[in-house]
Amino acid sequence: MNESLMTLSKVNTWFANEKTITGKPVSWIKAVNDVTLNIYKGESLGLVGESGCGKSTLGRTILRLVPLHSGGIRFMGDDIASLYGKKLRPFRSKMQMVFQDPKASLNPKMNIFKILSEALYLNTVLGKKDFLEQGVKLLNLVDLRPEHIFRYPHEFSGGQQQRISIARALATDPDFIVFDEATSALDVSVQAQVINLIHELRRQLKLTYLFISHDLSIMAHACDRVAVMYAGQIVEVQKAQSLFSAPRHPYTRALKDAVPVADPSSKKGLSILKGEVAKLSDLPSGCYFHPRCEFKQDICSKEPPDVYKTGKRSWVRCHFQEALWEQRELMDTKESA
Amino acid sequence: MELQAESYEQMAKQVVKEHRQVKWFLLGQLLKRKAAMLSLIILVLTVTAALFAPWVAPYPDQGMGAVNISQRLSPPSNEHLLGTDIYGRDMLSRVICGARISIFGGMFIVVTAAFIGVPLGLWAGYNEGKSGAVIIKVVELFLSFPATLIAMAITILFGAGWSTALIALVIPWWPWYTRLVQGEVLSIKQMLYVEAARMLGYGKIYIIFRHLLPNVITPVIVMILLDLGPAIIAIGLLSFLGLGTQPPMADWGLMVWEGAQNILSEWWIAIVPGCAMFIVVTAFNIFGDALKDILTPGRSSG
Repeated sequence: MNESLMTLSKVNTWFANEKTITGKPVSWIKAVNDVTLNIYKGESLGLVGESGCGKSTLGRTILRLVPLHSGGIRFMGDDIASLYGKKLRPFRSKMQMVFQDPKASLNPKMNIFKILSEALYLNTVLGKKDFLEQGVKLLNLVDLRPEHIFRYPHEFSGGQQQRISIARALATDPDFIVFDEATSALDVSVQAQVINLIHELRRQLKLTYLFISHDLSIMAHACDRVAVMYAGQIVEVQKAQSLFSAPRHPYTRALKDAVPVADPSSKKGLSILKGEVAKLSDLPSGCYFHPRCEFKQDICSKEPPDVYKTGKRSWVRCHFQEALWEQRELMDTKESA
Repeated sequence: MELQAESYEQMAKQVVKEHRQVKWFLLGQLLKRKAAMLSLIILVLTVTAALFAPWVAPYPDQGMGAVNISQRLSPPSNEHLLGTDIYGRDMLSRVICGARISIFGGMFIVVTAAFIGVPLGLWAGYNEGKSGAVIIKVVELFLSFPATLIAMAITILFGAGWSTALIALVIPWWPWYTRLVQGEVLSIKQMLYVEAARMLGYGKIYIIFRHLLPNVITPVIVMILLDLGPAIIAIGLLSFLGLGTQPPMADWGLMVWEGAQNILSEWWIAIVPGCAMFIVVTAFNIFGDALKDILTPGRSSG
């Protein structure tokens, strides 16, 4: 648990917004800004944030699916940020991704056997004649029946399709998986099944994973640690258990308060975050969150905040985190009153 | 949850056995469609007749163009089942021999056009860079002129004749396939399974052939079958203008044009090749439609 599997240092992923005629970018869409993060072996890290805050882009950047603007990524000690194309191939089998839309992530013209064979062909030492046996084994691993293997994706429900995606990701025997909103498109009951499956697989296969979601309540179940992202920047990293009880950053607090409680007698109304999500093409000065922050001071619009460590593996990026932390009991009593 | 290795092997064997039965089921699907089967039978008969025209036609030499003045313009009779034309040639023989030029000519045009157009469309759709942009500009250039005009200009430049006409028609025909495929690829390449394949370490060429091509091939097949009619007509048009098939040989289009001059008095000269064209083109359409339904998993059979 102490060894770092994936180390990101000052990662920026920017896309050119406008270009001059010669192709030189004049303005950028800054999807990921200055992300420094460790993902430890065996850990499950959650990444939460509003839609459009760059969390999927961060997931794709880690897996080197989108080009990096600057920064470093180390995977098990190897620098993968500077590798391109074929040189990345040895690492591809070690890290996989499960996508949000299970239907779009399976080719409708290929049956499950072909889909799994495709994953096995490049990334395992198995011969073609062993693919079927391995395929059945993988389906068993994700609780699907062996006779499903020659069926086509459209014959399955959303939850089953997502299991097939997971089976494909597992086919390469990866050490690290990114679940990109992997449960968001599913019904609540199916969501629970898939999350339990992910838990079970993690225990059996000793996986490390990054779980991307916009749903804070899922995080507590699916993850050990949670990173909260706003406008391409990670503003807080916390243990999942203490995220609800002790959010440090004003944004985390706002997200927490916006989660509905399944209790009709609860008197607490939902607090709604004011304003719009910061535009990635036109980020505010200073702290990116200051236009929406209810605790903002003059300094917030002038200087970007530093990172303050709040625990062994947790930190927060806010000028006033200490003051807010001391005030927290006051805030809570005010809320319940 | 943990199972023995042998049981996986047994499961795999069982699954293969069941899968074989499913494959036969797909053939059964085709057999169940009566209209499609009828179309298939018609197409097989026509193509066979066209292939073996000299043996099938009752008057092969007349079919190839030999004149028989004494019998000119005779209506359908026992001797000439479908009558004779203005030079006394047996219409049945003419139609069977004309099938060769019309059907095979039409097939040549659309299949060649697809073979040129589809790869270019795949490339242009997947690479939005300079090479893709150049292909699209060329396609737009071709599509901005009427196809027959381009074909006429080419036949005039390089000399009239059957083979020149076919090649002259392929040249304005392929851009349609490029455009169809490019449009489809633009949406398909956004699909997550393309990204998943990249994630597995596959390259551009693999993705184009394994993921994009199978997903655009259905509209291409349908377009090929729908284009056969217009292609057969286009050959006829060029022939009518004296730029395509040269008399005394004739394709169906040319025969219709010949007969159209006497449609009121000697109706059979235009109607017979016209009906032949209608039946074959309709059969291609119905069969293509059924094939599309069967080949597309997930679409209800209707």
